Amino acid sequence: METLWFIIVAVMLTAYVVLDGFDLGAGVIYPFIARTSDDRRRVLRAIGPVWDGNEVWLLAAGGTLYFAFPQLYASGFSGFYLPLVMVLWLLMLRGIGIEFRTHMEHPVWQGFFDAVFSLSSVLLTIFFGAALGNVVRGVPLRQDGYFFEPLWTNFKLGTHPGILDWYTVMAGLVALVTLTAHGALYVAIKTEGELSARARSVAVVVWPVQFFLTCVSLVATYFACHRMFYNYGRHPVGLVVPVLVFGSLAVMVLATPKGKEKLAFIASSLYIAGMLVGAVLGLYPLVLPASTDPAYSLTIYNSAAGHHGLVVGFAWWILGAALALAYFIFIYRIFRGKVKLEGEGY
Amino acid sequence: MDSALLMHRLHFAFTVTFHYLFPQLTMGLAPLIVVLKTIALRRNDETYNKAARFWARIFGINFVIGVVTGIPLEFQFGTNWSHFSRFAGGVIGQTLAMEGMFAFFLESAFLGLFLYGEKRLSPRAHWWSAVAVFLGSWLSGYFIVATDAWMQYPVGYARAADGSVQLSSFWALVLNRWAWWQYAHNMSGAAITGAFAMASIGAFYLLWGKYAEYGRIFIKTGVMAGCIFSVLQLFPTGDRQGRLIARYQPVTLAAMEALFTSGPGAPLVIIGQPNVEERKIDNPILVPKMLSFLTYRRWEANVRGLDAFPQELWPQNISLLYYSYHIMVGLGTIFIAIMVISLFLLWCGKLFNARWMLWILMLSLPFPYIANTAGWMTAELGRQPWLVYGLFRTADGYSKTVSPGNAMFTLLGFMGMYTVLGILFLFLVRREIENGPDLDSAVHG
Repeated sequence: METLWFIIVAVMLTAYVVLDGFDLGAGVIYPFIARTSDDRRRVLRAIGPVWDGNEVWLLAAGGTLYFAFPQLYASGFSGFYLPLVMVLWLLMLRGIGIEFRTHMEHPVWQGFFDAVFSLSSVLLTIFFGAALGNVVRGVPLRQDGYFFEPLWTNFKLGTHPGILDWYTVMAGLVALVTLTAHGALYVAIKTEGELSARARSVAVVVWPVQFFLTCVSLVATYFACHRMFYNYGRHPVGLVVPVLVFGSLAVMVLATPKGKEKLAFIASSLYIAGMLVGAVLGLYPLVLPASTDPAYSLTIYNSAAGHHGLVVGFAWWILGAALALAYFIFIYRIFRGKVKLEGEGY
Repeated sequence: MDSALLMHRLHFAFTVTFHYLFPQLTMGLAPLIVVLKTIALRRNDETYNKAARFWARIFGINFVIGVVTGIPLEFQFGTNWSHFSRFAGGVIGQTLAMEGMFAFFLESAFLGLFLYGEKRLSPRAHWWSAVAVFLGSWLSGYFIVATDAWMQYPVGYARAADGSVQLSSFWALVLNRWAWWQYAHNMSGAAITGAFAMASIGAFYLLWGKYAEYGRIFIKTGVMAGCIFSVLQLFPTGDRQGRLIARYQPVTLAAMEALFTSGPGAPLVIIGQPNVEERKIDNPILVPKMLSFLTYRRWEANVRGLDAFPQELWPQNISLLYYSYHIMVGLGTIFIAIMVISLFLLWCGKLFNARWMLWILMLSLPFPYIANTAGWMTAELGRQPWLVYGLFRTADGYSKTVSPGNAMFTLLGFMGMYTVLGILFLFLVRREIENGPDLDSAVHG
């Protein structure tokens, strides 16, 4: 049962990164590709009807994490106190950047909200990457299952690292580049003409960096936390994940310049899923490794809620997930196709 | 109070109080928008459609702030109240996760459709998206109230070996009797905010002499809904809620009423200042025996005062609890008066010309917000010193690893952020009100 919930939470977080990832990526490329006021409105309109629903995946994943692994939620969230609260502030800024810009008619304030939207998107991608980096690398858990991590120490690994060290900063950059490409492909799909072409060219330009950083992150993980590879040694079937990651990258580099953005976008989504699944497979059954003493690590067993609750929860979760999936398919069908500016919405 | 405890309590109190200013309007407006859309569909009347779109724009602005200020609340269970989460996550994680799975997805997905999709949908499908938003927002309210109700009246749990509580009965948690009445009372309160907002903007338009056609629709809808819900707020929902408190949290009732001494035929304090040191009410205006009657339906019933309980079980902040409760009840009574008189004038066909009443309606807008806030303060201050009533003390619940300095840092950050949000909100809503409902194809962005 614990393993099942581990998978469910991982799937929900992956869904969040794939879905809200393109909103964030659109925010990153926004100042570079959207040159005219119409361009900017098109980009915002491409994500306008969906970003909020996408962000709900984070909320729902958080709620599910709380429900299934309350112990992890308690120590993880209090330990990552400052960066988590900053993520909350950035999510707020991103939300009001998107929504309130459309209510402002003054060019000065539109420029201001554009900057808010874009900057908060950039920072969020880096924060999310660094967060994953922290979980992979491990945190200074104490015997009582709690910890408190400073924002930075000396940027080196060790038993008492900071939120930011070279490894997590690198993870942040991987996330920034990955989601930039992801968002660029989404905008390329949803828009037409020059705007779409510019978005596509961003994805083309970013690709070598993405490829390079993917390799770096693999090597770095090998040196920084060797234990991430034990599961792969024991179950070589897990090696399909790196194949998926590099296969997706190959499809992206082949499909994007030919204008097959949809294929490239699917590949990018698979790449993201592959990277996350790769990390999760390496961690299992840990959910929060300890950098201090491996015995203090939080696992799916010592952090899960009671058995009865997990069983009951599965019944309603299946129902809720089926409903949510149905809404999403419906909404994306309604808003399918290229963005038009005339006469929609209020 | 320990300064770390105080910081974490202020942190949650501030963020939750600010947050709830927004959902109470969205939850209150959602059914009213459905009413407007229904009339538009039935009569094929574009005026009602424009009226619905106007409120949908206000709803949308509110919703964004409600969402962005709501996320920190879920996170704070982990960041600031981690020891509480470790204790109770196995139970309240259920309702909080269900809120995400059932309510948030529904609400956010269909709000996008409702706001952006009118041209892509048939009128009937657009009506359904309004209904889905209504259902989503009211469902969300239920799960949150069920969570709070469990903290007020814990049911369906069992103690685990490590001292935490774990779910033992799902239906007991979801169908908690406390949750039913608290939910009814709370949603009726939200509907009052929605109704007053609608009537207030309508009165503003009539007094302004602009968009009068819409003003009349808003007043009619707002006054009718306001009348229904103001009455429901008192009876049965408020009454039943009060009797639950009397039965299961008698010390809370005594503190709410500032009843220091037990006895038969307890009086009801209408106005007066509690003097906790001397255990009396200064300058009281009383209705003799009324409290006994309201609580037990007998004039001579014995009501236990604070003296019947050891002091460590008293809520710590008796004065604030007393004032919150009395402000809520006092305002609720005034709301009934305003709405009943307005409805009477409406029925006689005189309301739209009764400028004095329009002024009252227009200026009454802030008071439902105050009453709703005071109501929640009554519930939460009254629960003290417990975080989970009778099981777990507030002083044991906060994150011991997060120092008061760190908590103050983020509290100040939230205060700054929310000040900006509040100013933006007022500015944007004022702009929508000035622009009026009569926009043809109101495309922004």
